This record gives sequence, structure tokens and C-alpha cells, in this order.
Amino acid sequence: MPAPDVLVVGAGIVGAACAEALTAAGLSVEILESRFAGGGATAAAMGHVVVMDDSEAQFALTSLSRRLWVEMAPEIPRDCEDEETGTLWIAEDEEERTHVRRKAAFYRQRGVEVEELSGEDVARAEPSLRPGLAGALRVPGDRVLYPVNAARWLLERAVARGAVRREGVEAVAIFGRRVQTRQGSLEAGAVVNACGVAAPLLTPGLPIAPRKGHLVITDRYPGFCRHQLVELGYLKSAHTPSPESVAFNLQPRATGQMLLGSSREFVGLDPSINRRIRARMLRRALEFSPALARLSALRTWVGFRPATPDNLPLVGRWDASPGLFVAAGHEGLGITTAPATGRLVADAILGRQSPIDPAPYAPTRSFPPADHAHA
Amino acid sequence: MRELTVAAALENAGRSILRRSVSGEPRGVLCAMGVCFECRMDIGGVPHRRACMEMEGSRRPAVDPREQVDEVECDVAVVGAGPAGIAAACRAAEAGARTVLLDENPAPGGQIHRHLPGQPAPEGARAWLERLAASGAELRSGWSVVDADAAAESSSPRFRFRLFAEDDGALLSVRASRVVLATGARELFLPFPGWTLPGVMGAGGAQAMAKMGADFRGRSAVVAGSGPLLLPVAAYLEKAGAEVALVAEQAGLLGLARFAAELSLFPGKLLEAARYRGGFFPAPYRTGTWIAQAHGRERVEAVTLTDGRDDFTLDCDLAAVGYGLVPNAELARLLGCETDRGAVVADTSQETSVPGVFAAGEPCGVAGLDNAIAEGEIAGLAAAGRLDNETGTAEVRRLSRARARGRRLAAAMESVFRPRAELAAAVRADTIVCRCEDVRLSSIARAAGAREAKLATRAGMGPCQGRVCGPALEFLFGWDSDTVRPPLKPAALGSLAMMTEDSA
Repeated sequence: MPAPDVLVVGAGIVGAACAEALTAAGLSVEILESRFAGGGATAAAMGHVVVMDDSEAQFALTSLSRRLWVEMAPEIPRDCEDEETGTLWIAEDEEERTHVRRKAAFYRQRGVEVEELSGEDVARAEPSLRPGLAGALRVPGDRVLYPVNAARWLLERAVARGAVRREGVEAVAIFGRRVQTRQGSLEAGAVVNACGVAAPLLTPGLPIAPRKGHLVITDRYPGFCRHQLVELGYLKSAHTPSPESVAFNLQPRATGQMLLGSSREFVGLDPSINRRIRARMLRRALEFSPALARLSALRTWVGFRPATPDNLPLVGRWDASPGLFVAAGHEGLGITTAPATGRLVADAILGRQSPIDPAPYAPTRSFPPADHAHA
Repeated sequence: MRELTVAAALENAGRSILRRSVSGEPRGVLCAMGVCFECRMDIGGVPHRRACMEMEGSRRPAVDPREQVDEVECDVAVVGAGPAGIAAACRAAEAGARTVLLDENPAPGGQIHRHLPGQPAPEGARAWLERLAASGAELRSGWSVVDADAAAESSSPRFRFRLFAEDDGALLSVRASRVVLATGARELFLPFPGWTLPGVMGAGGAQAMAKMGADFRGRSAVVAGSGPLLLPVAAYLEKAGAEVALVAEQAGLLGLARFAAELSLFPGKLLEAARYRGGFFPAPYRTGTWIAQAHGRERVEAVTLTDGRDDFTLDCDLAAVGYGLVPNAELARLLGCETDRGAVVADTSQETSVPGVFAAGEPCGVAGLDNAIAEGEIAGLAAAGRLDNETGTAEVRRLSRARARGRRLAAAMESVFRPRAELAAAVRADTIVCRCEDVRLSSIARAAGAREAKLATRAGMGPCQGRVCGPALEFLFGWDSDTVRPPLKPAALGSLAMMTEDSA
């Protein structure tokens, strides 16, 4: 078999989106996955497609990517459970209410539809929240989907255009355009490292650290909430490089199940369930929605977000190794930003102009001094 | 009014459809033992409650999420109040160990001595239950163990183990120096077209329903599947007034003959079997025969059976179908105990690969009542630190002999009653395999393993947590079940919120 134009290593949602974008651009693609598609961090993810405002670069990537998800929406199969639920960013008190106004202005200036809700509006929109909340910012275009099947669908689109999928093939080293696997060596015109938390194992020097998170899912309670509910303090939790943080984050699944997050810890790849931080996370949720206490929890699981020092992913050429490109380090936003990442990677490989400036995501950019407790 | 479970009360009122599945199919009781969650419904304003585990009219006041956790400390915590657990708790408490016995059911006795709370226990259980009451062991009924952990052996605190038990939003934290796992077994269910119809229950499930107050008088039943349980179940149903049209055993006559020869080692067993055979004499018993399909619209109306060559159809309104038993090893696996082909590995003192954790009875491999009691007694003595003193005594020699007999019987049963490969052929592409999520064989067959199937198709993602479809997938595809994660059974979110490190 002739060497493909591009070898994508890793079939999580990011690798799958890269394969999708590369085949859409007419390139021949092979994709390697050590286990099965979507079985890593993708399987542990919530699947919230959300436009973020924490930096211009994050906004540019997330809003481009949400637009790409929206464009694909009519074709997304049912088992991907794609739904336009919208997001409510919830303000607990008057001080946070001022953040809502600032946030609203940010989105509006950039053409993203938002709606400011009063405390009464919030109570009407989401009756399972406790009374007395100060308000919320509603972002109606945000979505929820089921990450595993979304990744598998993106991969199937690539396969339908001729991509070759090799599951159960573990890459052990990447040398520029050559990938060493347990089964032998493969060559390509270009290689994309899309291995999430495992990316630094294949490309030493990538500043990615696993950031552990817990999720709890309940039995079916259709209508318990309608929007993805996120506390405004979430960004603080996500961006404070503290060893451990929790935030209220509640998602209604298409099945009627409630998916509850979120926690963040730098504890390496310890897969055990940390009851203490899970309890902290649930207590935070109960402060917003006491009615959750009676819901029947079916399962808890953990996942490892590939975190970078500046909270932006690593997407683009890896200069130290000609022919190698990186698409990793998406922290908790891999589902949202996978399609935009695929686009940026395809543009970089083809030397095309990207719809957004790719510089902020360059894997070779300079980073703030490491301040993670783990680093 | 007579006390009975919600499931039995509804059955008696002619309501066998308890819920609609996620794709809108009618569903009723399957296991009747709190395992399958098919009978979950809104009870007393609380959704997703198991009708087989709730007493009719008890309508406990909804527990408010408490900030308080009930806490217990003990030398020995025994999980499961069946014959093995009761024996273990008696022995440990009698040896002077502070002993707590946790059980999920409303009344102690396990599946074999299942009875309604407040009703006299079955004759076989009475002596043991009296002994339990006198032993000083503390029995906690109605508590489901949902999480557990062990401190590192090197840290050797007094209470190395902690169990969290849950009851409808209330949380019990048990700290223990030793743990005995007597978690019993559940029925093995194998899919066939129509097996999701209300009225198709487990064999043990139908018996459990009758024990918990279901009135089967005048019902027309077919008992099918495999294993030594089928005969007693058929006898029990006949005694309860049902008409058993046929008992169909999938195992072939040759294997059964060999098993009967093996049984002659155990004269008591042979007598027992003969008695059951006499008890429902009019019912024909066919070997090498199994259910190929259940028919009906909203509930079972008939079943088609086959011997692999000829098919025949029998009308019935109750099909009691079970293919034997599966050890409940989830708690053992969560604690890190080694398992072998689904059974917990234990040494001669019933200690597992995790020091301080003992296992007794069916979790170590399905071997029946006498073995469960013997292993329970050994585990109880060992957990109380008394086994070494007693080694060599006539008592311990007696227990060891009973265990050896039990394990020989278990090995014989294993080989005779192993489900034949043709049972897999009865499953069609559109047959539902995962009943919680209505996942059909055709979608599951595309995956390469249980975890991939779960993530891509939702098989095993429902409230039974794969306890029903997991063993079926193992039979159909040879897949190992997915990792065990807490909560071991669905638990109120409020309970998980109370599980902090400092709460106990």
C-alpha cells in the first residue's frame, strides 16, 4: 500500500476531526488508535459545545468550532445525541451579576447571540435551581452531544472518503514522517500527533499534563433541567492552576439523564475515584440545585484532560521534527474545538490560509513560567 | 391487609406491565431480587424505585438529604444475610467479635430463605436466624453496599476497611477490621426473542415473586433454562397453585445422568431431587430442550421450545426461565480481590487475595446451600481470628469436608449445566440484549469488546450496570465485563455528596 499523505495518531475526537478535515481537503489519510476510537478522554468528556470568552484566542477557536458543528448538525446521526440546549452561565449574587453584563457585552460585540436573565427569569427557565439566584447569561447557540459517537461519526466520514482506520495499533514513537508501532513502522507525507494526554510520550517536550476530572450520571429525569447549567465561577475553577478545584456544571442529556461535573485535580494518571473531591463537587451542585439530592446516580467515572500552561491547545507544526504536526492539549474543550482544530491542521499541512489566526495555538509558542503544582 | 412487595401486589391486581422501556416496550418483573431494575417505577412519588424491593403500603417517608451520616465501627462486617452471611456473622459474633451484618433485602435469609418481613421465616432458616439473634451480631436490613475501600496494609489502622451502604438517600458508613463478602449469586439470563415480555421472569425470579406474596393460582407456567434450580422452582410454583405445563432443561440427558451419578455421592441431594420430582408429578420434564422464542403482544402468551430439530409451542402466561447462577463478585472486585472466571478466589480460610477480606458461598463459585453455610462458618471463624485455634478440631474438619463436597458438586454442575452453544443461535439480530437501554444484538456485534460496546451503543450503561447483559455478552461473544466502579448499585446523589473522607 502506498504511504498516505497524512498519518493521524490517535482517534479521539481531535484525531477523528483531523482525519475528517484532511480527507475533506482531498488528502489520503490513515489513522492509528491504540485501543478503539473515542475510548480515551473523549469517552470521559461531557460533550458541551460552548463558546468561551476567557481570551480572544479561546473565543476565536471555540466560536469557529461551534459554527462548524452547527454546519454539520443536519447530518449528525441520532446516536450522537446532538441537541441545541444552550448554556446558562449562572450568577449567584449581585457581584456576579456584573460579570454577566460584562460577559454579555463581550459576546455581543463579537456577534454571538446572548440573553441576560434576571433572577426571576432563571427561576422560570430552570425551576430545579434554588430560588434567589441573581441572574444568568443565556447563550442559546451552545450545544450538547455524545462525544464517543460524535468522534466515531467524524471518523466514519473520513473512512467514507477513503481514510484507513487501524484500531488496536499502538504508536510507540514518532520520527518526523515515520511512526513506529508495536506492529512495525509506517511512513507518510506528514504525521499528526493527536494523542491527548499521551501526546508528550510520542513528542517529548509538549507541555501537556493530565488534569483529572470526575463526572456523575443519573438515571433518566426528563425535563429536570433544559440548558447546560454552569456557574460563572467555572472559569476561575478551570483556570486557577490550583491543585484542586470544583465547579457546578450540570448537563441534560438527550436521554433525560443528568450529567454532573466538574472537578479538576493534578494527580497524574491515577484512575481511582476520589470520593472526597466528588463529594465537594456534588455539594457545590446541591448549593445550586438542592433537588439533585434525590436523583438516583448510576455511575461515576474519571477522565484526564490534556492541560497546557496557558489553557490553549497545541495545534500546528512541530518545528523540531520536520513533517510532524501536533493537535493536542485541548484541556476540557476538546469536543467543542475538535472541528476547528481539524481545519487548522489541514490548513497548516496544505499551507492554506486559516479562517482564524493560528499563531496563538502554535505548539512552539512561548508559555508563561510553569506554575502548576505538578510541573 | 397481607404484607407483600409492590411488585407482588401489582401482579395480583393483574398488572404485569410495570414500566415502558426506553423504546416504549412493555416491561415487568424479571429477577425479583433487586438486580435487574426492570421493575423500577414511581413509588410514593420517588421515580426509579424497584417494585420487587419495596413493601406495599410501607411508604417510608421520603428521606431528606441528611447532613448526617450514620456511622458504625466493628471488628467484622459481613455483607449479605443469606445462609453464608448469617453463618459467618453467627460464628464471628459468638467468638466475641463486634459484628455487623448488612443486607439489601427487607428480611434476612437470602434468596433461598426469602420471606416477607414480619412473617415467620421458612423452616430451614429458623434455627440459624434464632442463632443470629442470640449471637449479638447487629443485623441491618434494607441497606445496599454501594462503595467500599481498603486502607493500605502498611498503614495498618484499626479499621482498615470502610463500606458505604445506602438506603433511599440515607447513608451508613461502616468501618471494619475485617470484611466477609457473602454477596450470593444472581440468575444467569440469556436473551432470546421475546424474553423482554412481561410474564417472562427468571426461574428464581418467579419463585421469589411467589415468596414475596405473588398469587400464581391458576397460572399456566413453563419452567425452562438450566440447572438444579428448575425442579424445585417448578415444584414451588405447582404448590403455589400454578399449572406447570413443562420443565425444559437445556442440558442433555447424558450429562444429567452423569450428574445424577455424581449426586449419589450426596444422598440428601438425591432425596431432595426425588421429592421435588414427586411434588409436581403431572408436569413433564424434558432434557435437551430450550426456549427459542416467547410470543405475545403486551405480555407472554406462549413459548416456542426446541430440541434443535423439532419446535413446538405451548400456551402459557408465565415463563420462568433461568440458566443457572452468576456469582455476585462486584464488591470483591471493587476491593481488589482476585477473581477467576467470575468467581472470587479464596484460600482454605476463605480469605481472598486482599488480606482481611474473606468471601463465602456463591461469590466463590456457585456450590449451593450446604457449602455456603460451611464456608460462611469458616469465614466467620477466620475473620474473628478463631480459625487457627480451632484448626484440627472435629468441628472444623466437619466444615472442611462439607466444603470439599460442595466444591465437587459445583464442578460437576458447572460442566453439566453449561449453556449449550445453540442457545446463542436463538438470538436474532433484532433481539434486545441490554434491557436497560434496549440495545439489540446487531448493534452490539459491531464492537470488539464490552467496553467499546458500552460506549458506542449504551449496552450495560443502565441502572443494572451490566449485571444482566454482562454475563450474556460473555456467553455470546466471550467478552469480559467492564470495570467495576462505585456506586455498585444506583444511589441517591445526596448520599454520594455525604461520602467525604472525614465523615467516618
